[in-house]
Amino acid sequence: MIEPAPAQYTEEFEVNMGPQHPSTHGVLRLLLKMDGEIIKEAEPYIGYLHRAIEKICENRTYNQCLPFLDRVEYVTSMSCEEVFCLATERIAGMEIPERAEYLRVIMLEFNRIASHLIFLGTFSLDLGAITPFLYCLREREDIIDLFEMTSGQRLTYNYIRVGGVAADIPPEFVPLARKFVNMFQDKVDDYEAILTENPIFLARTKDVGIFDKDMCINYGVSGPILRATGVDWDLRRDDPYSVYDRFRFEIPTGKVGDTWDRYMVRVREMRQSNEIIRQALDQLPEGGTRAKVKPAAFKPPAGEIYTRIENSRGELGCHIIADGTTKPYRVKLRGGSFTHTQMIPEIAPGVMIADLVAIFASMDVILPEVDR
Amino acid sequence: MEISTLLRWLGSILFKVVDSLGLPLWVAELLQMISAAAIVLGAGLLVVLFLVWWERKLSGHFQQRFGPMRTGWHGWIQTVVDGVKLLQKEDIIPKTVDRKVFFWAPVLCFSVSYAAFAVIPWGQGLWPTDLNIGILYILAVTTFVVIALLMAGWSSNNKYALLGGMRAAAQIISYEVPLMLSILGVIMLVQSLSMVKIVEAQGGIFGWFIFKQPLGFLIYLVAATAETNRAPFDIPEAEQELVAGFNIEYSGMKFAMFFMAEFLNLFLVAAIATTIFLGGWRGPWLPSWVWFMGKTLFLVFVIIWFKWTYPRLRVDQLMEFCWKVLLPLAFLNLIVSGILFM
Repeated sequence: MIEPAPAQYTEEFEVNMGPQHPSTHGVLRLLLKMDGEIIKEAEPYIGYLHRAIEKICENRTYNQCLPFLDRVEYVTSMSCEEVFCLATERIAGMEIPERAEYLRVIMLEFNRIASHLIFLGTFSLDLGAITPFLYCLREREDIIDLFEMTSGQRLTYNYIRVGGVAADIPPEFVPLARKFVNMFQDKVDDYEAILTENPIFLARTKDVGIFDKDMCINYGVSGPILRATGVDWDLRRDDPYSVYDRFRFEIPTGKVGDTWDRYMVRVREMRQSNEIIRQALDQLPEGGTRAKVKPAAFKPPAGEIYTRIENSRGELGCHIIADGTTKPYRVKLRGGSFTHTQMIPEIAPGVMIADLVAIFASMDVILPEVDR
Repeated sequence: MEISTLLRWLGSILFKVVDSLGLPLWVAELLQMISAAAIVLGAGLLVVLFLVWWERKLSGHFQQRFGPMRTGWHGWIQTVVDGVKLLQKEDIIPKTVDRKVFFWAPVLCFSVSYAAFAVIPWGQGLWPTDLNIGILYILAVTTFVVIALLMAGWSSNNKYALLGGMRAAAQIISYEVPLMLSILGVIMLVQSLSMVKIVEAQGGIFGWFIFKQPLGFLIYLVAATAETNRAPFDIPEAEQELVAGFNIEYSGMKFAMFFMAEFLNLFLVAAIATTIFLGGWRGPWLPSWVWFMGKTLFLVFVIIWFKWTYPRLRVDQLMEFCWKVLLPLAFLNLIVSGILFM
């Protein structure tokens, strides 16, 4: 190695990446110290999207909270509704009809697929491949049509309510959902054909941004990122909620924990979610969809609870303190994205700017969930 | 054929007019040169107009959408409308830029791409000029693009632009080497640097140099894609990393100049490949310029196809690919064709 003469040392410079930048997935601001193309230091600045949703929830009745929670993570709104309703129902000790549980699972898994499709699209977009993005949105459109015919909304559904779901599915829902489920595996094959074994894609993702298993656990990382490092941990199986214990599905795990593994885990999760929906549609029982709740005067007993569900971005937790009135005393959400954003200063030093974009995209962070 | 007789007829009229006015002969020559340059510029701009529309349509259909549809039949007039829009836009010059360099960078970028069109043989007898060092001239002139991009990146006084300009310089200079070496094999076979001579040396379909120099053709195609800064080698303007790279601070017509230069370059590399490897204007039945345009547009289609299929390489991988894969292959190609030639 030839030591450069003192005059040849390049000057480090700072780059403000974001909040307006094509690949910060919203309004994250990264302050980068760069030596040419190589990053020396990276520091995330968050808070550009803070809307005080947790505080707002303290002034709303339980069912009024749900539309706000939709906006916490708008890519998988259903999960935010589910975790809050689950917590409330557990405090109140409420039984909800079986059909409602199945509908919740179907919606959650459809939403997980939709979220992973967004991931796949934006991830490939951040690597410079533009076409897969439009393929992914094409299939997401079908899912959103299903949500629209059920809840009337395309993004913030307000569908899962305390005590069940807002409405039963329309009669044409099941045939269309079956059609989607039957065709989706082929579509995933299509995405894989354009990306998985592509030499340029492999060069950009294999052995790039390797996350250590212990580091992930220390940082409290969960979800697909944790599973990509080889940890077999999925709350749907390890801390079952709803009726997840009635379905057979695999938990895909990676080996190395590099960017490619994180991509692959999510792709395989989409296939598994598809199978869960298939089983749920087969087993879907008849019956009511909502337990008897007086929406305005619903008063769960005083108590405190933390519930967690497996979101497409890791563990989504909800801590509720109820004081026996119609409004929660305190609501605290725990989102995967916030935890994952913390890791950026740890992993960024030494990687190139193009790799940081790829790694950050593979973490699938969504900023509204970080700032809430 | 008709077009070339038309041109000759135009030239003779020009001479007669100048003669009757009693002006010296060099005025006629100058006028002829200017008119030839204007024709080339017009043809180049027409090509750009078409290519922009074509890329948008192609990318649309690759992605299961339609692309522009509203303006004209299948949106054919869209590029014209966009051009008018860009002309009307305010020309924003940030306070901290180096104004002179900032102004001249797009001009230089466009004019060198345009200058290279001077030696392209568009058909039998349809070339602005037939330099005896034609291919060398093209390679020399297009290298100036590096300077233009570096000027743009440096003068913008923006870190993303600077990174983009540096990347562009590194990339284009590196890929120039295998590009030149891949052409060298053909030049050895023809023993001439003239574009017209190269076409004339390729008789019959199996006389095309793509069959004698298949490896050379592939190396050329890859290096040429990199030369034009297009995906998967579009790191100088990598949107997801550098927002827009070297042209981040440009707007209005200055941006349009860079944009047009990109598409002129795209057409140029395809035209060179057609001339050198695919027999240029040669082909049965149809007029020669139809053959030339057909082959060139096919190659343009292939390069556009790359862009909408592949992810982007990283900057160091790009360099590695150039120096460790393409360059040895180009040398191998050169040595093998040298031995066969002896």
